[in-house]
Amino acid sequence: MEKIQKFSSEKIIHDLLPKKFGRRGMIWTGSLIIICCIGIVAYIQQLRKGLVVTNMGDYVSWGIYISNFVFFVAISLVGSLITAIFRLANVPWRTPLTRISEIIAVSAITFAALIIIIDMGRPERMFNLFIHGRIQSPIMWDVIVISTYFCTSLLLLYITLLPDIRIMISEREKLGKPFAKLYRWLGSYWKGTEEQEKLRDKSITIICIVIIPVAFCIHTVTSWLFATTYRPGWDSTNFGAYFVSGAFLVGAGGVVVAMWVFRKVYQLEHYITERHFDKMGKILVMLALLYLYFNVNEYLVPAFKMKKDEEEHLVGLFSGEFAHLFWFAIIVGMIIPILIVVFPKGRKPNAMFVAGVMVVVGAWFKRYLIVTPTLLHPFLPKFDAPLKYSHYFPSWQEWAITAGSLAGVLLIITFFARVFPIISIYKTITDHETEQPY
Amino acid sequence: MNQGKSRRQFLAAGLLSTLAVACNSKKTPFTPEEAVTESGEKVKLLSVDGEIIEVDKAFLKPVPHMPSVSNDEARKGIEGKKFAMVIDLSRCKNLKKCQSACNHVHHVNPDQNWIKVYQMQDAEKTAPYFQPTTCMHCDEPPCVKVCPVDATFKRQDGIVLIDSDRCIGCRFCMAACPYSTRVFNWDEPPMTEELSHSDYNAETSIPQKRGTVGKCDFCPDMTRMGMLPHCVSACPNGVFFFGDIIEDSVTNGSETFRFSDLVKDKAGYRLMEDLGTKPSVYYLPPVNRNFKFEEGLDKEVSSEKKS
Repeated sequence: MEKIQKFSSEKIIHDLLPKKFGRRGMIWTGSLIIICCIGIVAYIQQLRKGLVVTNMGDYVSWGIYISNFVFFVAISLVGSLITAIFRLANVPWRTPLTRISEIIAVSAITFAALIIIIDMGRPERMFNLFIHGRIQSPIMWDVIVISTYFCTSLLLLYITLLPDIRIMISEREKLGKPFAKLYRWLGSYWKGTEEQEKLRDKSITIICIVIIPVAFCIHTVTSWLFATTYRPGWDSTNFGAYFVSGAFLVGAGGVVVAMWVFRKVYQLEHYITERHFDKMGKILVMLALLYLYFNVNEYLVPAFKMKKDEEEHLVGLFSGEFAHLFWFAIIVGMIIPILIVVFPKGRKPNAMFVAGVMVVVGAWFKRYLIVTPTLLHPFLPKFDAPLKYSHYFPSWQEWAITAGSLAGVLLIITFFARVFPIISIYKTITDHETEQPY
Repeated sequence: MNQGKSRRQFLAAGLLSTLAVACNSKKTPFTPEEAVTESGEKVKLLSVDGEIIEVDKAFLKPVPHMPSVSNDEARKGIEGKKFAMVIDLSRCKNLKKCQSACNHVHHVNPDQNWIKVYQMQDAEKTAPYFQPTTCMHCDEPPCVKVCPVDATFKRQDGIVLIDSDRCIGCRFCMAACPYSTRVFNWDEPPMTEELSHSDYNAETSIPQKRGTVGKCDFCPDMTRMGMLPHCVSACPNGVFFFGDIIEDSVTNGSETFRFSDLVKDKAGYRLMEDLGTKPSVYYLPPVNRNFKFEEGLDKEVSSEKKS
């Protein structure tokens, strides 16, 4: 293990204050903006011509928009894992990871909501959800829990940010003008008095307790969008737990990737240390094993029985049309990361980064496999419908919008890191002053 | 008795809606319409009193096909009725007249179908047969359960309809329906000039709208007029029987049966009973068939060539 140093608060502030984009940062941000713009162009086309620009049909009536939505909801769960669960469990090494996971949560859940609107045939009638909303419908449950989770996550991010905003206001010479007004608007009332601190601490604890059931709800309800139907592959009592465990895995993978990138770009080697990768690695293995366990339940139990309706679906996954994607998601998304990370050598930053990318990419395709193959195997034969409906491959507009939404999530995170410290300065200083820092 | 009442209701509804139409048009009902020059050609008509009267042909104007009901009324449905359909598989020859009539009346997108005629074979050794499927108008409709905005709804007469002016196009109902009954208007649906100006009516399901879901509606507009759904009257083989479970009678236009006897005697069944959806469509098994299965296949080949 590397030696752990204690730093003065000046050094910590200097190291962690947000920095201007360098050349690489400009290229990165510029390309993200371009991808977003292409997505917007595709969406405008979709708005004008209708969903006919997609390759969805009456069988595959939910395509990559919905699988992408499930992916975003999944990855956003990490905010509650790292911040809330670690805080309540008093995990001492969480400090440099909490804000990263919170901003992933906020940006992903924002785009989850947007993607659902993009998938709607009549987005201009969205207000019908409030005028004519029926509480019996799982979609209404999703609307309620996702908006609750969004607000709670935003609040958590904001409240934990307050002392840092105070530091940034006091460091205005160093930071220059660009966001001075924003900082003042957001947090000039925060003086860090004992009373305020007490209130803040209490609020964070309350939010952390509240956000855990809400987080479980968002992904459980999302799984119920599928599990409340009769279709083979969706009609499963395992679905809630299966989705939540998968969500924690992809969230942890996402945090590992983000940790590695921020550490490299902002030279945070002294703050996000190898010990953090080691700890996250152990968590990643545990979560991957847990998800693998639920996958065994989800696929092998019905495969043992091979009911007629399930058979077509399962054979399609195991050895048919979707076999390459299915085994990619299982092997690359779960088994190889486990094999890498289970050994101490695999828990070094670079190896962890590779494992994290595998988990995230595998998880994206996993969501696609949950949505589409089931829809291609209805109870009655595919008949008397256009031939093109019996296959599905997304159109360029669908790809562009999906890529645009993924770029949008990264863009929010990038801009956030430009404006605010990605590791809590205040908490880091406190850690270094009081106890053994990690 | 019952019939008299419904006729009275029908007349009253007709009168009301004529009034409504008259009030809606910008012209006041009291100013004479544009002058009509008599053609001199007389047409004999039957008056409401049963007398034969003569009217000049120039005065004849087409009356709107159907007094349209309000959205509220369309949502309630017809009181004291519980509609059901019986489909006799032993008579189906895959002519698909039901399908073309339905598509024509509802202006369904040329590629899509509300009625699908499946070629079924339950197991390798069992007999193949043709199975027309409409919407099952389930008593526990999974589609209605999941609709977030009450755009698809179940009426007191058992019919499940769609309000295309409310549908947000989330397609959850399509995922929920196990019978693959629902179709989505991905593109602008085919439209006549006249149709594009009229308001959506849930009972006729026209005009269909882009970005919303469509499906078989059991033609409640026809039912209100005491007529049979279009698929029933279009079928030359009398496959479809339509009627009211409370009256306990179903008819295909030429034959009428007591519903309970027909289903009992011919061992009627419903599709996917195990799902608990309780469909309103009953099937009579394909025994003692009027046609050989192969005869129906000819039709399939010709239609494939066409497409």
